[in-house]
Amino acid sequence: MIDLSLTPEHELTRKTVRDFVQREIAPVIKDHDRRQEPIPFVLDRLAALGILGLAFPVRYGGQGMDYLSLGLACEELEAMDTHLRVILSVHTGLCAMSIFQWGTEDQKQRYLVPLARGEKVGLGAFTEPGMGSDVAAMRTTARREGDGYVLTGEKMWISLASRADLGLVTARTSPPSNKPSKDLSTFIVDLRARGVKRGDIHGKLGVRAGSTGWLSFTDVRVPLEDRLGDEGEGFKITMSAFDHGRYTVAAGAAGLIRACLHTSVHYAQARETFGGRIAERQLIQQKLAQMTQDYEIARLLYYQVGWLLNQGRRATRESSFAKKFATEASFNAANEALQIHGAYGYSDEYDVERYLRNARGALIYEGSSEIQTLIQAGYALGTRTDRPLRCELPAFTEREWQA
Amino acid sequence: MKIIACIKQVPDSEAKITASGEQVSWGEAPLVINPFDEYAVEGALQQKEAYGGTVTALCIGPESARDALKHALAMGADDAILISDPALPALDTLGAAHLLASAIQKIGGVDLAIFGRQTLDDGSGVTAAQTARILKWPLLSLAGQIKVENGVCEVSRVVEEGRQQVSATLPAILSVVQSIGEPRYPSFMGIRKASKAEIPVWSLADLGVTAPAAIVTRLRLVTPPTRDVKCEIISGETPEAIAGILVEKILAEKVL
Amino acid sequence: MKTLVYVDHFRGDPQPASWEALGVAKGFGTAVALILGTGLDALAKSAFEFGADEVLLAEDGGLSDYRSEAYASTVSAAVKAQAPDLVLFPTTSRTRELAAVVAVDLNTGVLIDLVDLTLDGDQFTATRPIYEGKLLEKVTCSARPVIATLRPRVFPKPSRDAARSGSPAKVAAATESPVTVEGYTLAENVVNLTDAGVIVSGGRGVSNNPSLTPPAGMDEKQAEIWRAQQGFKLVGDLAVVLGGAVGASRAAVDAGYIPYANQVGQTGKVVTPDLYIACGISGAIQHLVGMRNAKLVIAINKDPDAPIFQQSRYGVVGDLFQILPALTEAFKQKLGR
Repeated sequence: MIDLSLTPEHELTRKTVRDFVQREIAPVIKDHDRRQEPIPFVLDRLAALGILGLAFPVRYGGQGMDYLSLGLACEELEAMDTHLRVILSVHTGLCAMSIFQWGTEDQKQRYLVPLARGEKVGLGAFTEPGMGSDVAAMRTTARREGDGYVLTGEKMWISLASRADLGLVTARTSPPSNKPSKDLSTFIVDLRARGVKRGDIHGKLGVRAGSTGWLSFTDVRVPLEDRLGDEGEGFKITMSAFDHGRYTVAAGAAGLIRACLHTSVHYAQARETFGGRIAERQLIQQKLAQMTQDYEIARLLYYQVGWLLNQGRRATRESSFAKKFATEASFNAANEALQIHGAYGYSDEYDVERYLRNARGALIYEGSSEIQTLIQAGYALGTRTDRPLRCELPAFTEREWQA
Repeated sequence: MKIIACIKQVPDSEAKITASGEQVSWGEAPLVINPFDEYAVEGALQQKEAYGGTVTALCIGPESARDALKHALAMGADDAILISDPALPALDTLGAAHLLASAIQKIGGVDLAIFGRQTLDDGSGVTAAQTARILKWPLLSLAGQIKVENGVCEVSRVVEEGRQQVSATLPAILSVVQSIGEPRYPSFMGIRKASKAEIPVWSLADLGVTAPAAIVTRLRLVTPPTRDVKCEIISGETPEAIAGILVEKILAEKVL
Repeated sequence: MKTLVYVDHFRGDPQPASWEALGVAKGFGTAVALILGTGLDALAKSAFEFGADEVLLAEDGGLSDYRSEAYASTVSAAVKAQAPDLVLFPTTSRTRELAAVVAVDLNTGVLIDLVDLTLDGDQFTATRPIYEGKLLEKVTCSARPVIATLRPRVFPKPSRDAARSGSPAKVAAATESPVTVEGYTLAENVVNLTDAGVIVSGGRGVSNNPSLTPPAGMDEKQAEIWRAQQGFKLVGDLAVVLGGAVGASRAAVDAGYIPYANQVGQTGKVVTPDLYIACGISGAIQHLVGMRNAKLVIAINKDPDAPIFQQSRYGVVGDLFQILPALTEAFKQKLGR
């Protein structure tokens, strides 16, 4: 039986993250979103408050909180602005959690500890200019040479590209074969190494206060000890990285639904039309009802994932449900919230248009809605089974994580 | 140094406060540590960091007030004590001050007892002063900056005219204002420690006192008339045109 | 019915609400004014002119600086000697604690920041705001004397009669206190917000004028503060023309635009002006708490969604950098200043 109750620790964790974003981010977010510029102090503050390493064992530099706490933090971050949750998705979800799952003890000491402490910022670089969903078709190569690899290629649409210190990069280590999932390997790459170039991408519809960019690798040397997992395991590692990222996206999207609901209720209770508050109009109530139901479902779906991860159980299937549902629901919620606000919703003086623009991206990244559909159909038809992985994400136990 | 941070639990400042008969109702809003008392805890922790010692959070309240104490523990207080007793009636400020004074004496060896400047609910802002008088300890109130040296505490008080620098020998009672520094967020390690913490409850019997008789009693609550203002937005072609209309409106209200 | 009225002052500069307290006292019966400090002749004269039947002076060099312990002992002794039914103070940061400490000495109740006080037979009913003014509570005190502080600008100010005079009497000064006053740092312009009839306030929006070019060599933060100061100049200009004070929101104070002494709100001052003009202030609840008792509220803000508009009688959705100078000019002409 799943126990979905939140402990006082969970509540205080949620409150702390909420207080932080309300006090420090709320006053400046609109301005930075308009200017398409990251808030300068965000990474430092998230690091200082321990949020970047929230759900890792203390002995690996983390805060010793459980996976559910990570979800709660993501919900609170995105309720303020999506770009905050994106930081956690790539630094924690894609990068640090993958090292936690697949890394050698040496790699955990060298990389997980500084990532968890927030001393270093990480990202996940899988997508390329020519490839998003079709992971097996990636073209970045890592040629074995001497006691390491030489990395060449380009990655695009990478969050924190210009800001991170290191990144997980999946590349082709074998020429395309008839078993494409065995051709890839994943590396931990120092983004300041020679041959790495990076830049920012502007002009995104949403997540404008977020740093998104590209990475280019020209004969970048990567030592053998920085390959994550075995050669040929890159596809599996990338997929499990997406599972972690998906969980954070799902939790964040629940927060976005909540933000849309909150602002819509507030507006509906103030705005008048035809002699009464619009909150009394049934067509408005219908929208609010949908939002509040969707928030509940989204919340429960990501809680389920958090609970499973705490148990040390694989949650690929449940993460897919949570991500697809919550992101699609958040886009609908934002769309309806904008409608509730009428003309004011169409102006950037209010927050709803930012919610809508932010929500749209999540249907594309971390496994598009279409990919989620195919994954879920696979489960339904029995064509997809989750075989045990060589390395699993460690379960959460207080004793081991908080010593 | 042995430092006490005196805190209270109150409804969240965003709560919708209404009168439900003679009781105040805050609906579904959570109960939180009095925001002004977060500054008291922050001030106490700063002194502990500067001079060493311990910080004990002290609170009078019902069982739910444990959460306020946990917040203080999560910020970094070393321990916490709850004063609670079913026989406690609604306390007026003097009653609360007597209880706190008894508790501070029972704890013993206290150097500083720090209060927030007022509570969100009652808002009188006098408990620190009354507790000091009962204990016959010096009162260093409205402290914006605190310095302790050789058993002497010096504070810069924030007053209407500017700042007043005062000092007194320990032990002393302090109340602090915002300039003491923004209260730190609970650390996650602190949150875990707080959840596991054992918080002793002191009853009136433990303090060796009887329930203080209430001298000030509430007769009834009144909901202030809501300002039912329909805001009229003044518009115009130019700022000068807008100003012209607005000036006429203001003068017509005869407030100048 | 005898009331002792504490006249609050700083170095001879009286808190005008002291006279309002005197007025309330006269409404109940006889009013005895009590003044502590040094150089009190002018204050004693004013007290008589505002209606005091008697004036008591605790004049001593040891009382020239406020210390709660010494002041309270002095006041408590005077109260014990005079045996009034009621002791009134105007509400200030000094008198809150002073009244409370005297209440401890006399084992009686203290009622802080009253907005109403009535007598029915021999029972007092006091009305005071709680939960930051979201509710009012009516309370009574079973002990005597009743000790209370009155909110400024709520009770009527008695008229001053230059013909009223008298001879003040001396009372003993208790000067013992464990607190030593080391010194003062006085604010450049003492801002008397609680007493202002007109307040023009600036918020975070006051720095938001991208068309202003700061002097060379400033970093982003310095430029922001410089812009804010230009904005507050405009706020100040309007305040001067209206004969009012300059206020600020907590956001503006926290951002370093203006000193804390100007802060209106939950952690600043609660004000009760006749006219309150909020410029570039969003109207967070903590600010509204401080100014919602103003008679007439005007808001100027770029953001039509700003909560301040819900509390305002008139609003302008526009650029305060254009509206304020226009308003100042229009008032100058209309008021002939």
